[in-house]
Amino acid sequence: MNKNIIRLDSVWKIYKMDEVEVPALRGLDLTVKKGEFLAVLGPSGSGKSTALNMIGSLDTPTKGKIYLDGINISTLNESDLAQLRGRKVGFIFQVFNLIPSLDAVGNVALPMVFQGVSRESRIKRAKNLLIKLGLGHRLTHKPSQLSGGERQRVAIARSLANDPEVILADEPTGNLDSKSGLEVMEILKNLHKKENKTVILVTHDQKLVRYSQRICYLMDGKIIKTRRM
Amino acid sequence: MNQYVRLSWESIKHRKVRSWLTMLGIFVGIASIVALISLGQGMSNVVNEQFEMMGVDKIMIMPGQNLQSMGLAGEVLSEDDVEFIEKIKGVKLVAPMLYKTVRLKYKDQMEFGFVIGLPTDESMDIIMSMGNFNIENGRKLEKKDKNKAMVGCRHTNGDLFDKKVRIGDKIYAEDQGYTVVGSMECIGSKPDDGQIYIPLDSARDLLNEQTKIDAMYVQVKDGFNPSEVAETIKKKMRKDRDLEKGEENFNIQTSEQLMESFGVILGVVQAVLIGIAAISLLVGGIGIMNIMYTSVLERTKEIGVMKAVGARNKDIMMIFLIESGMMGLGGGAIGVVIGIAIGKFIESIAAKTGYVFLKITFDPGLIIGALAFSFVVGALSGLLPARRAAKLKPVDALRY
Repeated sequence: MNKNIIRLDSVWKIYKMDEVEVPALRGLDLTVKKGEFLAVLGPSGSGKSTALNMIGSLDTPTKGKIYLDGINISTLNESDLAQLRGRKVGFIFQVFNLIPSLDAVGNVALPMVFQGVSRESRIKRAKNLLIKLGLGHRLTHKPSQLSGGERQRVAIARSLANDPEVILADEPTGNLDSKSGLEVMEILKNLHKKENKTVILVTHDQKLVRYSQRICYLMDGKIIKTRRM
Repeated sequence: MNQYVRLSWESIKHRKVRSWLTMLGIFVGIASIVALISLGQGMSNVVNEQFEMMGVDKIMIMPGQNLQSMGLAGEVLSEDDVEFIEKIKGVKLVAPMLYKTVRLKYKDQMEFGFVIGLPTDESMDIIMSMGNFNIENGRKLEKKDKNKAMVGCRHTNGDLFDKKVRIGDKIYAEDQGYTVVGSMECIGSKPDDGQIYIPLDSARDLLNEQTKIDAMYVQVKDGFNPSEVAETIKKKMRKDRDLEKGEENFNIQTSEQLMESFGVILGVVQAVLIGIAAISLLVGGIGIMNIMYTSVLERTKEIGVMKAVGARNKDIMMIFLIESGMMGLGGGAIGVVIGIAIGKFIESIAAKTGYVFLKITFDPGLIIGALAFSFVVGALSGLLPARRAAKLKPVDALRY
C-alpha cells in the first residue's frame, strides 16, 4: 500500500542567465509515498516551485532522474509525457490559470478532452465535481464572473477531472483571502483523507503545514530538514 | 475533432472584437477579389456572346487607316466600292450603311441622336446581327418602306423623350417625319439605344449624301475562308485605288480579328482587376497573420495551461488550426457575400445608366477558391505562432 509514487533522484536544475549559471535545485532527493500529504516549505527562490514543476513534468531536470508511479519520465516523449501528466497529476496554481473563454464546466472538462473522454461523460463528471465543491450554482459562469475562492475551487475541480493520484498545489491560497484560503485547505485535506490522494503542497506559509503529514524544508535547492507531524 | 471545434468556437466567441478585426482583414480582400473578378468575367462573357451572335463569316470595311480614324480624315467609301466588292470571289452579300448625328424630335421635344441608314434588302440582317440589333416590338424595315423608322429602346422606354414613343407614332429627324414601325431591344450602351434606323434611300435624302458609305459589312460565302476573302478585298481595293501596300485609306477586319483585338483589351482589363484584387488579398492576408500572430502569442499562457492539464502539442495545434481556419473561413464567407453584393450593386448602377455590358458572372470555382484561400491563410497564420508556443516547455509557457 505504501509504495512510492514519486521519487526524485539527485535532481539538478540549472538556469542559464546569459553567461551565469544559476542552480535552482542542487541534487534534490525526495520520495513521496502514495496517499501522503507532503508540504514543501521554503522562502522564495529556494527552488520549491521548480521542484514541483519537475514532479509534474512541466519542466525537465538538467541532471538526475524523476520517477512518477515507477516511470522514469525523462525517457518519455512529449506526447506520452502530456498523456501521463494529464492522467496522473492534477495541478492547482496560485493564479488559478483557468481558460477565460470557457465556463466552469468547460474548464473542469478540459483535461478530459485530451484523454479522449466522450463529451457526455465529460460534462457529467465536470458538473458532479463542481457540485461536490459547492459550485452547483456557478456551472456556466466564466472565470471572470467568479470570486477568487470560487475560481480556485474550479481549478481544484479541474485538477480532479481525470481522477489523478497526485495533486500538486503551488501556493494555492496565495491569492485568496483567509476565509477562502481556509476553504481550499479544507478541500485539500478532505481529498487526502477521504479520497486517499497524494497531495504535495508548496508554500511559504507556516500556518498551512498543519494540514500535512510531513514537511520538507527547502533552502537553496536542497532539503535541509524533514519533519513528521 | 468535435471537441476541438467546440473549444475553438468558445475562444472565438470570447474574443469577439479581436475575431471581427481578424475577419475584417480577410473579408476586405476576398470581397474585392470576388467583385472584381466577377465583373471582369461578366464583361468578357457578354462580349463573347455578342461576337458569337455576330458569327465568324463577317468582314467589316471602314474608311480610314484604322478603326479609330473612322473616316474622319476625309477618306470615304462609296456605292462604287459596294458594287466592286460584291463582284469579288467569295463575297456573298455586302451591307452598306450611312450614319450621322441629327436632331431628333418627338412631340415638340428635341434631342440629338444617331440616325442609321440601313439597306432594306436581305443584307440588312448582317448589320442587324453585327450591331446586335433585335426587334422587340413591331417589324423590321422592309423594301417598299419610305420614311419609316425603327427606334432604339430608349425611345420606347421613355428615357430619351419625356413621352414614350409608340409604334405608329411619327418621329422627326431634321424636320423630316418618319413613322415608327418597330422598336429594338436594349443593346446596353446609351448612344446605341438612342439611335433611329431608317432605310438607306431615306437616309440619303435626309443627309443629302447620294453615294457616300460610312461602313460596310461583308458576309462571306460558305466554304470560303473569311481572312482570305478579306485579304483579296484588301488587295483588289488597293489596286482599284492605286495605292501601295501599307498606305490603304480604308481598313478591313474580319469578325475574328475584331474578336481578337477585343480579347486583348479585355485580357488587359481583367489582368488589372485581378492585380488590384490580389494586392488587397495580400494586404488582407498580412493583416490576418499579424492579428493572429499577436493574439496567439498573447495566449501562450493558455497554451501552457492546456499542456499542464495533459494537452499534447498536436492537440494544441489542432485547436489553433481550427480556430484560425474557422476565422479565415468566416471572413472569407462574409467576403464572398459582400463581394457578390458589391458586384450586383455595380451591375444595377451600370444597368440604370444604360451599360448593360457590365454584367456579373459568379464562377463557383472562384467562390470555392476564395473560401479555400481564406481558410488556408487563416489556418497558416494561426498555426505558425501556435507551433512556436506549443514547442515551449509547459513551465515556460505558463510563465509567459
